[in-house]
Parts: sequence; structure tokens; C-alpha cells
Amino acid sequence: MTDTTTVGALDTIPRLLVRNAEIYADKPAYREKEYGIWQSWTWAETCDEIQSLALGFLTLGVNPGDHIAIIGRNRPYFYWAMVAAQSVGAVPVPLYRDAVAEEMAYVLDHCSARFVVAEDQEQVDKMIDVMDDLETLEGVVFLDPSGMRKYDKSALFDYRELQQKGRDQKADLQGELDKRLAAQDTDTTCVMLYTSGTTGRPKGVVLSNRNIIETSKGTCEFDNLVAGDSVLAYMPMAWIGDFIFSIGQAYWSGFCVGCPESPETMQADLAEIGPTYFFAPPRYFEGLLTSVQIRMEDAGRFKQWLFKVVMAHAKVIGPQLLDGKSIGLLDQVKYWLGGLLITGPLKNTLGLSRVRVGYTAGEAIGPELFDFYRSLGINLKQLYGQTEASVFITQQPDGEVRADTVGTPSPGVELRIDDRGEVFYRSPGAFVKYYKNPQSTKDTKDPEGWVATGDAGFIEKDSGHLRIIDRAKDVGKLKDGSMFAPKFVENKLKFFANVLETVVFGSDKDTCVAFINIDLTAVGNWAERNNIAYSSYQELAAHPEVYKMIQTNVEEVNASVAQDEMLSGCQVTRFLILHKELDADDGELTRTQKVRRNIIAEKYDDLICALYDGTTSISTETEVTYEDGRKGSISATLEIRDAATFARKKVAA
Amino acid sequence: MNTQDSYVTADGRTIGPPMMEVKNITLRFGGVVAIKDISFDIREGEVRAIIGPNGAGKSSMLNVINGFYHPQDGEVWFHGKKRHAMKPHQIAEQGIARTFQNIALFKGMSTLDNIMTGRLTHMKSNMFSQMMWWGGAQAEEVANREIVEKVIDFLEIQAIRKTPVGRLPYGFQKRVELGRALAAEPKLLLLDEPMAGMNVEEKEDMSRFILDVNDEFGTTIALIEHDMGVVMDIADRVVVMDYGKKIGDGTPDEVRNNQDVIDAYLGVAHD
Repeated sequence: MTDTTTVGALDTIPRLLVRNAEIYADKPAYREKEYGIWQSWTWAETCDEIQSLALGFLTLGVNPGDHIAIIGRNRPYFYWAMVAAQSVGAVPVPLYRDAVAEEMAYVLDHCSARFVVAEDQEQVDKMIDVMDDLETLEGVVFLDPSGMRKYDKSALFDYRELQQKGRDQKADLQGELDKRLAAQDTDTTCVMLYTSGTTGRPKGVVLSNRNIIETSKGTCEFDNLVAGDSVLAYMPMAWIGDFIFSIGQAYWSGFCVGCPESPETMQADLAEIGPTYFFAPPRYFEGLLTSVQIRMEDAGRFKQWLFKVVMAHAKVIGPQLLDGKSIGLLDQVKYWLGGLLITGPLKNTLGLSRVRVGYTAGEAIGPELFDFYRSLGINLKQLYGQTEASVFITQQPDGEVRADTVGTPSPGVELRIDDRGEVFYRSPGAFVKYYKNPQSTKDTKDPEGWVATGDAGFIEKDSGHLRIIDRAKDVGKLKDGSMFAPKFVENKLKFFANVLETVVFGSDKDTCVAFINIDLTAVGNWAERNNIAYSSYQELAAHPEVYKMIQTNVEEVNASVAQDEMLSGCQVTRFLILHKELDADDGELTRTQKVRRNIIAEKYDDLICALYDGTTSISTETEVTYEDGRKGSISATLEIRDAATFARKKVAA
Repeated sequence: MNTQDSYVTADGRTIGPPMMEVKNITLRFGGVVAIKDISFDIREGEVRAIIGPNGAGKSSMLNVINGFYHPQDGEVWFHGKKRHAMKPHQIAEQGIARTFQNIALFKGMSTLDNIMTGRLTHMKSNMFSQMMWWGGAQAEEVANREIVEKVIDFLEIQAIRKTPVGRLPYGFQKRVELGRALAAEPKLLLLDEPMAGMNVEEKEDMSRFILDVNDEFGTTIALIEHDMGVVMDIADRVVVMDYGKKIGDGTPDEVRNNQDVIDAYLGVAHD
């Protein structure tokens, strides 16, 4: 088994590709559903496709050290483009495909990208818009030519034609390609990823081959990922996680990466592929559970009863089985029966039947939610990571899985908590630098290699697991001096299916207040069953019955917050339901769907003032940005409600 | 404008000579005159719109073109030949496909199967070999499926491939109907109010698909539409009808400045 080898000569992604093309020649490397059929490419075919494109890049005159931006959804062609870029010594820079043109322009300008590989007309149009302002951008390689027949092609290149050109000129260019491949080593830059940045402009995180390959090696061994495994690549390509799962780990262990037919078909494609290794953010699991619950509510009485009985039993037995505890024979038979009738078919529908290792990260996950999936027998675990660490900082080993921790340090990672509670790590995956930003690099990574995460947390004494409280800079104090950690409260609120997103304010104030976004799917279904008519998100959000329901949720959270010794001051005294969903296009969320607190506070300043000055209703107007970049505004009158709070638990003196 | 020559539009498409000419068409239902002495042509490669207030006779005109109605007077010329009275399926075989104002899909069938029915005129194998899945039937099915899958990909409806169309929202049903018409690989595509009842976003999508069909496959398109903004944006030439008569014909700009058209839409006092 190759997993036991040391990195040795396999110190770059292109070298791993060559090895895989030899030892896994006939095994599938990529699968993609197109025209309703799963197409697949073996490692040998993949190697040929990538080399042809790399030769094509040489015909364009790509130099070592150039940056090549990749903009597209998860398709084998774009993964090939990344490795082809690496092969000619260039640095691939994947971008978020739903970003608007000006966001892309900033990144392209910052990294002086000379070429872009773009998916289709939509992306090419964005590039044409910004091309004149970007001095360095010379050309765009596009994959899907539809709609562009009459475009001026002087700076546009067809992906497949470029590959063909590369094949045609192979005799002349192979020598140059070999020379460039030989010149690379473990310190060559592997990829540059722009962090979405909850504050300020995105920063380009430079990751070397060492970062990616050492991390992939360690974590593949941790979870015993091997060539027979498979994943479904559906998270944005610009996100480090996708790069590690679909390139780093896939190339290290030689497993197969499946690509969905379109973003909308992901769920069906997941069921067809049945991956053994799966990652999804808590939001995804939450949405899945909500849809299961909604469909169960519409099911017949007998089915509902059966579902309830089986799930109640599975909830007790499932996690124990996963943790390898011994179970009585009767319980085992019952669990097996439940699997036959309910949990088996359910897992199959969800596409999770074969999942051997499942991870979730990015946000806290509700204990109920977590237990649901584990009771189905899905080995869902948590990890904690960031782009700067090549993802992995901590992860939960099999058999030590809990909802409230993020696990023990990943292979090769050292952890340190400073006196202010901030988490630091040192690891083989720790990034090289921020591109063209030595100041930020210095602020984040000290000379000894310790990297500040910006998160506040602590290590549990008994288990050695890390627990994260909040972003370190968001942790503040209320006026009375007690600790304020907004995320702690927000997570508790978000565990309710009704609440999609929430922002809690309270730093340097007497009390805490909250903005709430309802979950349109869950609340909409509830409204339907209760004969509440609505025509838009805004109307549903302002409905008194919805307010009543959310108020109950807020008060339940307050009761639970009151139990916490450190954070009992963070109870929400007043709240409102926002008239629009927080959106990345409006800059309120990052592209990875994290709230940008300061921007929201600034934008909705009038609402925050109203929450604190005791008024019960406020009219406001908000600017919104549509997907095509046009702007409009919506106005609304919002109701503000008081929520009951509970006596604070006394800190033991 | 010379009637026989080709010309190139501002956005670089070549518009050929007329492929369809209707000459002096009059259509009566008993005493009601639905269409009164109308003539116009549809050129190869163009997007031709027929507009007019409710009851102007637009849908009747489309029904004449695709052979569903037989006019009492007048001639229909297709590809330079006078067309005799034909059944609609014979006309479909000539390369004319259409969609309907009120969606006419098989509600219980999946998107895929509905679009497959668009291939019917192209199927040659007999019923028995199809039943036995034998001989030419198998190869034919595969070839037809490939064309249908390309249509599905083109219209971006992969996610609803297996969904029964009765369960789909209206905008998607319209798209499936367009898909079925496209699957027939028509030379001339007739669209009866493709955007009726859609919101702005759905209209934008549909406009894009119509333009792409015209652009990618060179399909000639004749469409009826109420939304003036859409018509003026996507049509090369517009015929305006009112009370069964043609009151205007020309480019969107010409039609927009035509006094009769303005009167018909804004209304004038009838003496």
C-alpha cells in the first residue's frame, strides 16, 4: 500500500499524477455526469488530458510563476486545468464562480493573472467586462462555447482546441514541459487561494506542495483513505477544503472524484455515486434533515409511527455501534430490522449509504442534528480548520465523536492557547505567506511558525479535545464586565430549524439584541400547514404568528444561555426578524456564508439603534444587489419584540 | 428591403431569403372573420414576432402556418413551393414545430419522456421492433436519447429530467414544452406566447433560450408575444395585427413609430 511510503520523491502534485497513472492506470480518477450518463476517466487518461492542456498552456506562452485563475463549477476539466497549470510551473488560483465581476477583477489584478480558465459564456462575459482595466490579463480559455459563436476570439481560446494544439506540438514542447516539471520541488507553490475574509479585502494564501502533500498524507492515514474510496466534489473550487479533498487527498491516495451534472442535481447525483468519503457544512445537513422532516410530516400515519419508533431506537444504539461499544443481541436485531425498514432506505435516498468517513466543519453543529446522522450509522465527525492550515488543525478520531468539540490535533499539528484564549497552531500545512502582503503575514504567523487562528477556544482537560467559543475579535464584554460571545448565542438560535441565520449584538452595551433570518423552507412549510398565506419572504417574516414562534425559540435559548457560567449575560432581550435574507451579493455574508458582523452593523445601524432605544416598530430601506450586479432597494416596517430573560447562574465565588 | 436577398444583421447573423410566405390569407369561422387578407413572410434565420391586442387573430395565424386551420382564401408557401392542405403531422415532418399558449404536455410523464415525444417524427422503426427492443429500434432509441439529452443540457433542466411534468412549476413546464419542440430539430419554430404568465426573471431566461436557439442552431423562429419590451428586444421583424387585419410590418423601430400600431395599442375613438 502506497499510504505507508514517505513523501520522498512524490513531492509535487504532477509527480503524484504520474505515479497514479502508472500504478492505478485503469482505475477511475474522475467521474462526471453529462447528458444523463456517468462519464469516467482513468488515471492514465487523466494524465494524458492534463499533459495535453499543459502543452497547450506552453503554446500560449505561460511562464513559470505566472498565475492562472480558474473559474468554474466542479468539473474534471477545471481540476485538470489546475494540475496543468502546476505542470508548467504556473500557480493555479481558483475563484468563486458566483462572485461578481468587480470582486474577480480585484483578485485578478492582485495576483497579476495572465490567463483565466473560465467555464462558460456567463464567466467569459465577466472577464470581457473587466479585461480592459486589467493590464496583465492576456487571454481567457473557455470550456463551453455555447452562445459565444460570434465573440471576438482574439483573446479567447477554446479549452479543447488548446488541448489539441498541445497534442499537435507535443514533439516540440515536451522537452520544455519535462524541464519545467523537473525544476519543481516540495517548496514550489502548489496553489493560491483567496480567503473570503470576514473583514476587509480577500488575501491570497500561498500554499506550497509541502503544505498540501504532507497534510494530505497525514490525514489520509488518519482516516485510512485508499484508492478504492470516492468523493463527490460539489463545494466551491475556490475553497481550500475542495482543493484538499479533490486534489490533495485524491492524488495522494488515488481515489476517485465524482462531479455532479449541475448544482441542482447534486442530491440525486450523490445518491447515484454513493461516496465513501463525504464533507458537508452543517447547513447542508440541516437542510437535508429539514427536508426529511417535512416529507415525514406529509406521510401517512403508519409510516410516521414506524419512523418515530425506529429513530428512537436508532438514536440510542446507532452512536454506540459507531463507537465500537458492545450491544445486546436483542438491540442488535432491532437495529438491523430498523435498518431494513427505515434507516437503510433513508440513507440510500440521502446518498449516504456508503459513507465511511463523513466530516462537517465551518460552523457549530446542533447536537440534535449531529445525533440524527450518527444514529443512522453514518460516521459523521467534526474537524476544525482554515485555509492557512491547508484545512486540518484538529479533527475527531473514530470513537471520540461529540457535538460540542472539534477534536484532537490532526497529524503533525501542535496547538497552543495564549493567555487571551486565542488558539495558535504550528503544522506542516501552515501556509507560506499571504501574497504581496508581508505585514499580514507577520501579524498572523510568527518566526517560529506559530499561526494565529483568530478563534478563541480552550482544550478540554479530560479528553484533550479543542472547543471553540467564537472569533477572538468578536469576543467582547458587556457593560457590566461579563463576557460577550455572539456566536455562542447565535449557534444556539440556529439549531432551531426556523432560524436560518442570526446576528447578535451587545459588545459594550447593557444587554444583547438579535437580528434573525427565518428559514424559508421550514417556516414556509409550517405556514402552509397552518393556513398562513404569504407571497414573499418579507411578508412571511413579518407575520405575527412567525414572530410568536421565533419569540418562543429566543426564550428557550435564553433559558439555556442562563445555565452557562461564563456567558449567562448574553441573553437576548430584544429581537427583530429581518425583511431580507442576508446575502453574499450584498456583502453581508462571505462567499462561504459566514456573517460579516461589522458590515451588517454598519448597514443596519438604524435597526440596532431601534433595538436599544425601546421603540416597537421601525421603517427602514435597504439597498440590495441582484445577481447581475444591478442595484435596487426594498423598504419595510419591522416589528421589534422583547424576549423574556432568565436569572443568571451565579459564578461560584 | 429586397425580398429575395440575404442580409447580415447588426449583431452579425445572416438572414436568408423568405422560407415561409403567407399570401392573402382569410380565415372564417362561420360568420366570424378571424383573419382578413393577411400577407407576410418569414425569412430564414430570423426571429419574427406577431403581436396584437387580444382577439387580433394571432394564434389563428400560427394555426394556419402549422396547418391546423385551413384558410378559406389565400396560399401558404414554404421553401418556395405552394403548400397544399396537409395534416399537422405531415407539416411537422416538414420541419415545423410549435409550442402552445396553454401548455400541452403529458402531465403524468417525466420531462425526459415528454421531450422524447418530440422525436416521434424522426422514428423509423416499426412498433414490433420497438416492443422487442430489437434491431434498428435500439440504435434509434440511443440516437434519439442523445439528441434529447443535448436539449436537456441546453435548457439546463437536468435536475428535473425524471420529474413528472405535472409537478413542475409553470416556468419549467414552458421550458419543457420548448424542449419538446426543439427535440424535433425544426427548421421553423412557432412559439405561442412563450412568456405568458412568467415573472421578469423567467422571461429573461426564456428570452435567452430563444435567442440561443436562433443563434446556435440557426432555427427560424416565429413567436406571438404580449410583452412589448421582450418583443422589441429579441425580434428582427414584427407583424402587428388588429381585428384580423395586418396594421403594421417591419423592424421593431418602424413598428414602434407606426401610427396605426400606436392607435391599436393605446386606443382611439371609433366613429
